[in-house]
Amino acid sequence: MREVSAATVLTTTVNAAATTHAASALHLLVPKWRMAFHRMKQNKRGDFRRTFVVTLLALGFWAATFSIALKLLKYFKGAEDIGAMLAGKVLAMILMAFGSILLLSNVVAALSNFFLARDLDQISAAPVPSWSLYLARLSETALHSSWMVALLLLPLLSAYGVAYHGTLAFIPFALAVLSAYLLIPAALGASITLLLVNIFPARRTRDLLSVITALSVAGLVLLFRAARPERLVKPEGFKTFTDFMVALDTPSSPWLPSEWVSQALMGWLDGGNVWQPLLQLWIVAAALVLIGGFLHARFWRRGFSQAQEGQQRRPSAYRKRPVLDRALSWLSPVRRELVLKEMRVFARDSTQWSQLIMLSVLLVVYVANVRYLPLDGEGMTTLLRNIIPFLNLALAGFVLASVAARFVFPSVSLEGRSLWLLRSSPLSMHDLLWAKFWTGLVPLLLVAMALVGATNALLHVQPFVNIVSLAAIVALVFPLTALALAFGTFYPRFDSENAAQIPTSFGGLLYMMTAIVLIGVIAYATGRPAARWVVAGHFGWERDPLQMTVPFLMAGLICVTATIAPMFLARRRLVGLELG
Amino acid sequence: MIEIAGLTKCYGAFTAVDALDLVIPPGEVFGFLGPNGAGKTTTMRMIAGILQPTAGTVRIAGYDLKTEPLKAKRSLGFIPDRPFIYEKLTGMEFLRFTAGLYGEGGSAVDHRGRELLALFDLERWQDELVESYSHGMRQKLIIAGAFVHRPPVIVVDEPMVGLDPKSAKILKDLFSEYTHRGHSVMMSTHTLEVTEGMCDRIGIMQRGKLVACGTMQELRGGADDDDALEDIFLRLTGENVAREVMAVLDA
Repeated sequence: MREVSAATVLTTTVNAAATTHAASALHLLVPKWRMAFHRMKQNKRGDFRRTFVVTLLALGFWAATFSIALKLLKYFKGAEDIGAMLAGKVLAMILMAFGSILLLSNVVAALSNFFLARDLDQISAAPVPSWSLYLARLSETALHSSWMVALLLLPLLSAYGVAYHGTLAFIPFALAVLSAYLLIPAALGASITLLLVNIFPARRTRDLLSVITALSVAGLVLLFRAARPERLVKPEGFKTFTDFMVALDTPSSPWLPSEWVSQALMGWLDGGNVWQPLLQLWIVAAALVLIGGFLHARFWRRGFSQAQEGQQRRPSAYRKRPVLDRALSWLSPVRRELVLKEMRVFARDSTQWSQLIMLSVLLVVYVANVRYLPLDGEGMTTLLRNIIPFLNLALAGFVLASVAARFVFPSVSLEGRSLWLLRSSPLSMHDLLWAKFWTGLVPLLLVAMALVGATNALLHVQPFVNIVSLAAIVALVFPLTALALAFGTFYPRFDSENAAQIPTSFGGLLYMMTAIVLIGVIAYATGRPAARWVVAGHFGWERDPLQMTVPFLMAGLICVTATIAPMFLARRRLVGLELG
Repeated sequence: MIEIAGLTKCYGAFTAVDALDLVIPPGEVFGFLGPNGAGKTTTMRMIAGILQPTAGTVRIAGYDLKTEPLKAKRSLGFIPDRPFIYEKLTGMEFLRFTAGLYGEGGSAVDHRGRELLALFDLERWQDELVESYSHGMRQKLIIAGAFVHRPPVIVVDEPMVGLDPKSAKILKDLFSEYTHRGHSVMMSTHTLEVTEGMCDRIGIMQRGKLVACGTMQELRGGADDDDALEDIFLRLTGENVAREVMAVLDA
């Protein structure tokens, strides 16, 4: 090994010549792609298996989406006059929904990338031009927020290309259109976040995110209503056929980029105006990026400085002995402190809060969908109304599993490097896991009951159906929570800074697959006998309550087993975990 | 050279740094002392351009941080107290990236990077991912990163934490050699022996104000000639350690 003295190094540093230039946006992105490269190179045990399973699932999903979309588009094409219009309308609606999700996701991602990322200290202390930082972070924000939507659009647009016999040139054209479409919410989201961070004096993330939540939910509901999707599936709701044609032909929101994307793509495929919508997209995208760059140069430094301040001081109210502390005094000190810690850490973690926004939007959209179901039309009988809740049970179960994946699954991983404190204390891992279980379960139960209760009320179901579906969803929440915790313990990611990224792991995928199987079993075990009971009642057939007893008991037993067993296994795993 | 005038930072009603005036001339190692929460880190983060001051100005190597931020920052090497390093970069990649932030690249940076890594015994780890580095190795890498672009001013928060005795000695030599070449170092630390041994001047901060500033000799001032820095520090910051320790143990 070479011996080098301080004097040698300083002499070398003075004499050596280096090329000098301002740090570019590309340079700021170097660590990101280098890190991705190293991650890929590391080849941990099981990586191949993971890649294989994930690729297989993704291909399966793509194939399914592609074939469904293709079938639908071919069906549309059958209607000669309105086929292309209908296809364009559907595309515009899908893109509008994606656009609203993208905007929300970009606002949240911009908050992390522009203001909370840990490498910003180093970068803000370096002579990095404002424009470079803006472009680098904008690219990251766009990439983080858009990759999933882009992957979802791939089979969909392929189906459009195939259905309308698009040539190979359709691919680069679609890419040019989509790039602008994805850039618009990214630039807009980054600017919104920048302005919000500057408006709130001492960057109280929760306040900021609450505003974003309220705005997003309101915006989403408004956009959803603006699209008036139910009118298109019920042509009989229009006074005349001309009205229906006008509704199809008139863009519901001509100022939305989603409409321009639809116009450009359908124009290319079906012969129509292509360049005007494409130009519109790129002009708006470029203008938004330029305005964003200007705002960034003007306001980012102030906002970033305020973001630091928020992390350092809390209002005095936080220092008072909390009411919750007293409310949980019936628990032993160890359990109380664990539950309190879980709740505090959750409430103060802005990445968790951003996920909560997503959840709120998801729930609003879910309930709105049920609200707008065509329940009054012909063929919608009381019978159907009372069977829908059991389909709803499976869907609500899936929503709850997603929520558990977002909030309960990362729970053990989030202990991260502080796990040494818990492991070196006389605290049993049993207590730790059950504390996490209960803190995850109670909010999930509330969400479950609100979700199923609200949708049941909107559907005006019979009291019997209401009770069975509520009982089933309550029973389902227990194993969903326990499984999320157990899979999170078996597949922890202690190095992750962002709770939102933890469930996107292989373990998260396995959890979702297991949860879907469980939900299917429970929905079938409770829904089938209950539906038969309703059907028998409807037609005046003889009914025997005993026929429901066995499946209900079985469902109960499965729920209990699927709660206790994962918790037991997770405890064993946590005890045996080697901490680096 | 660092010139600070009327530097103030308020968090709502709380004043973390209160109208600080300070000049650190070229060729000086300046020690910045103070109890926890005195405002040292806030001051250093303002000098680094991470926090915006409520009032006052900071000039680095003659450039005003507010009006000419890029030029001012180009002259500064900052080592924070809780540094972040990309876990999945190698040591050498991190140094290249850091140099790039200051607009430097090319083979000269690689050469300088290797020299700096060799100085801190990290040469054989240069192609290993940072995630495999120990706490001390990360600290040494961060220090190397602050020197890689040859800044005329170094601002360093708690440089000795985690360093082994050999590395601590190397760092002392590096700072000493560096200031002999006409550069400035501003260093915050809680290790009084280090401050006493290394620093040309020492500033003691208490509740956001600079309560004392000068050479060891000047700090002793009217007090006994053989007062150690620890005594001066405790006297100025009003810490009655012995009484507090007794009170806590008896509680």
